[in-house]
Amino acid sequence: MAQSSSLKTLSVLVENQPGVLARIAGLIARRNYNIESLAVGPTEEPHFSRMTLVVDQDQTHIEQIIKQLYKLVNVLKITEFDPAEAVERELMLIKVSVLPERRYEVLQLGEIYGAKIADVGACGVTLEISGTPEKLDDLLALCEPYGVLEVARTGRVGLERNEKRASLI
Amino acid sequence: MSERLTGAQILIKSLEMVDVDVVFGLPGGAILPVYDPLLESPIRHVLVRHEQGAGHMAQGYYWTSGKPGVVVVTSGPGATNVITPVADAYMDSVPMVVICGQVATAAMGTDAFQEAPTFNLAMSITKHNYVISDACEIPQIVAEAFHLATTGRPGPVWIDLPKDVSGMEAEWWWPSDPTACLPGYKPRIKPHPRQVKRAVELLNTSQRPIIYAGGGVLKARGAQALQEFAELTGIHVVTTLMARGVLSDDHELCLGMPGMHGNYTAVTSMQKSDLLITLGARFDDRVTGKVSAFAPDAKIIHIDIDPAELSKVRYADVPIVADANRAIEALIVEYQKQERRRQERGDAPVDRAAWVEQINTWRSRYPMKYVESDEVLKPQFVLERLGQHAPDAVLVSGVGQHQMFASQHWKFSAPYRWINSGGMGTMGFAVPAAIGAKVGSPEQTVWVIDGDGCFQMTFQELITAAVEGIHVKVAILNNGYLGLVRQWQDLFYDERHSEVHLGGAIPDYVGLAEAMGCAGFRVDAPEEVDTVIAKAMSIHDRSVVIDFRVDPTEHVFPMVPAGASNDDIIVGPAYGQTEEEERVILSKGKFGAAPMAQGGQEDTVLPPERSGVHFEMDKKED
Ligand SMILES: Cc1ncc(C[n+]2csc(CCOP(=O)(O)OP(=O)(O)O)c2C)c(N)n1
Ligand SMILES: [Mg+2]
Repeated sequence: MAQSSSLKTLSVLVENQPGVLARIAGLIARRNYNIESLAVGPTEEPHFSRMTLVVDQDQTHIEQIIKQLYKLVNVLKITEFDPAEAVERELMLIKVSVLPERRYEVLQLGEIYGAKIADVGACGVTLEISGTPEKLDDLLALCEPYGVLEVARTGRVGLERNEKRASLI
Repeated sequence: MSERLTGAQILIKSLEMVDVDVVFGLPGGAILPVYDPLLESPIRHVLVRHEQGAGHMAQGYYWTSGKPGVVVVTSGPGATNVITPVADAYMDSVPMVVICGQVATAAMGTDAFQEAPTFNLAMSITKHNYVISDACEIPQIVAEAFHLATTGRPGPVWIDLPKDVSGMEAEWWWPSDPTACLPGYKPRIKPHPRQVKRAVELLNTSQRPIIYAGGGVLKARGAQALQEFAELTGIHVVTTLMARGVLSDDHELCLGMPGMHGNYTAVTSMQKSDLLITLGARFDDRVTGKVSAFAPDAKIIHIDIDPAELSKVRYADVPIVADANRAIEALIVEYQKQERRRQERGDAPVDRAAWVEQINTWRSRYPMKYVESDEVLKPQFVLERLGQHAPDAVLVSGVGQHQMFASQHWKFSAPYRWINSGGMGTMGFAVPAAIGAKVGSPEQTVWVIDGDGCFQMTFQELITAAVEGIHVKVAILNNGYLGLVRQWQDLFYDERHSEVHLGGAIPDYVGLAEAMGCAGFRVDAPEEVDTVIAKAMSIHDRSVVIDFRVDPTEHVFPMVPAGASNDDIIVGPAYGQTEEEERVILSKGKFGAAPMAQGGQEDTVLPPERSGVHFEMDKKED
């Protein structure tokens, strides 16, 4: 999943009510919107949840998605940002097939990327990494030659930068 | 001091609090508790024969009373039967509240008897929906439901009430503010002054403006403001299928219905205009034809209460999110202001004489016309005669050729006298909607224009009408066919009629009417029309059904073939247009002309450029 500049992130603040995720997923399906990822979680306020949608704007009319989402009574606020204007993170678990004699190589790769060792077995190792989606892509690519058994990614979550400039923190 | 009531009692009391005087429904297991306290309530219940009928009655009731229609149904099949009218109400932005029984909370999700996943089903065809989990929530949810249904862009709201909740006791209370728990719902009512100013500036430079008025103007009760605005500016108005009557057809500035079966002048004046002042309309494909060829020179002022409509289909040069009535009033004030300034400057007003002359030329050259006959009964003739006998009637239509004939040939002289299923095109809409309309406004005469196909979908509600003493009059334009489909098979499938013949003589409509407690008549020839209509008008103690045996070969014209440009309008044989000439135009549509009905190029609708209106919608902002 290579990063392309056509991706936009929508951060959607919703009321924490039963069925909200179904409403959003239903709307996306019904209107045939193309969503790259969708992550949901609680916020600083127990009444609200935040959903982070990544949309490919070459394939979908973002303004329509935003407006249709706003029509949902449980949607409070939608913030739209470019990856450059936001802090975005994703978590990935990656299970690499590696025998004990070469395990060290994989662990070293993980270390370079700041990954943690989540699990180790006789035939493989599971790394845990969080970071920008691009960083995750890179580590994944480097693990590929060893044999990647399974991958689980959360989809990205994001918040707008405190100050809008191209700083890289 | 507060009384303890059951959930069912709280529900009924809550409905009384929001001023409900009638509900349409049919009981069953899961909703049973609600039917018991109904016996003590002043709320009237109309017992339908099929829940679809209850939904359409609620819609008809809204159009004549201005109040949201309320439907009460049971779980499972009761709920699924009401899906069609709810979807219809959603498409046509009709306020409605559905109270739907559900199996007990503990049984939900277990495939219990008569359990349907109504929360999921209703979600995508309502403005909002609820499942009540505790009786103490009922007042708040009912208050919210009515607020949501009737404000902003109106629409249906659905409440699931599990059986255990209606039996549960709670303390009675009533919320002081229905919006207290709706942080995400703030419809924008007031137009932005800067946008209003821009709109009037654009109007003042336009040579060929047209007002494109849709159903939103009726929802906003803006007919009077619209007329004032049109007269003030001298701009002609087209009234969409949903807005027939919003300006009287007799008005000099009214051009009538645009679109696929619109009249020549309405279609062509939009097509040639340089500015469309769009009020509560949504550029439906039945209005625009091929979008990329629609009104190519026109700039767009688009006023709608739903921001999602702006620039959805056609880029809005001046988007205004607002209630249509408020927006028109603001346009009037701003127009007067700019007019005063112009006069002070001594500038000449825009000269639109040539445009007005052009419109008048089209009007006199292409009035609505059909091939008249002394022998066969023409559906248009029936409508003309009916219009003479009952000019002030509320007209309720089904879906098909008869609907288009009605919209074209009836002279609508006032708003809220035309009720039909526009966005969804639901066959079977008319009979129940008419019954609801009559309940909403008992003094008015309600006429149904139905097709034989449509009538056969929901006529059983005439039994409801008979038993309840609600009297409506039904004119079936019986052509023996699913006529509109037959028309397409004539035009696009080389007259190969596949599954469109209904029989014509079966059922015996007169006998059927009488069996349902109505008066029944049959009309075969043009000369009988007036006598029978007069007879029907004189009957006041029953509903009346007239079986008009109309010409099955009649086509609806004018017609713009689906997918063709509105420039390619077929005016039809009444103007001496030959079939060969028709065929040339038909071939430009996406189906092509018969017999090569392969289906041509789809009109790909490219999303318009970003309009930038979305920033106007931030709900946190006032
Ligand atoms: C529930 C439903 N099913 C199918 C259609 C498709 N359809 C549109 S018009 C029409 C024919 C209607 O026949 P009739 O009521 O006799 O009216 P006519 O066109 O003959 O005037 C059909 C089948 C529809 N609109 N609604
Ligand atoms: Mg018919």
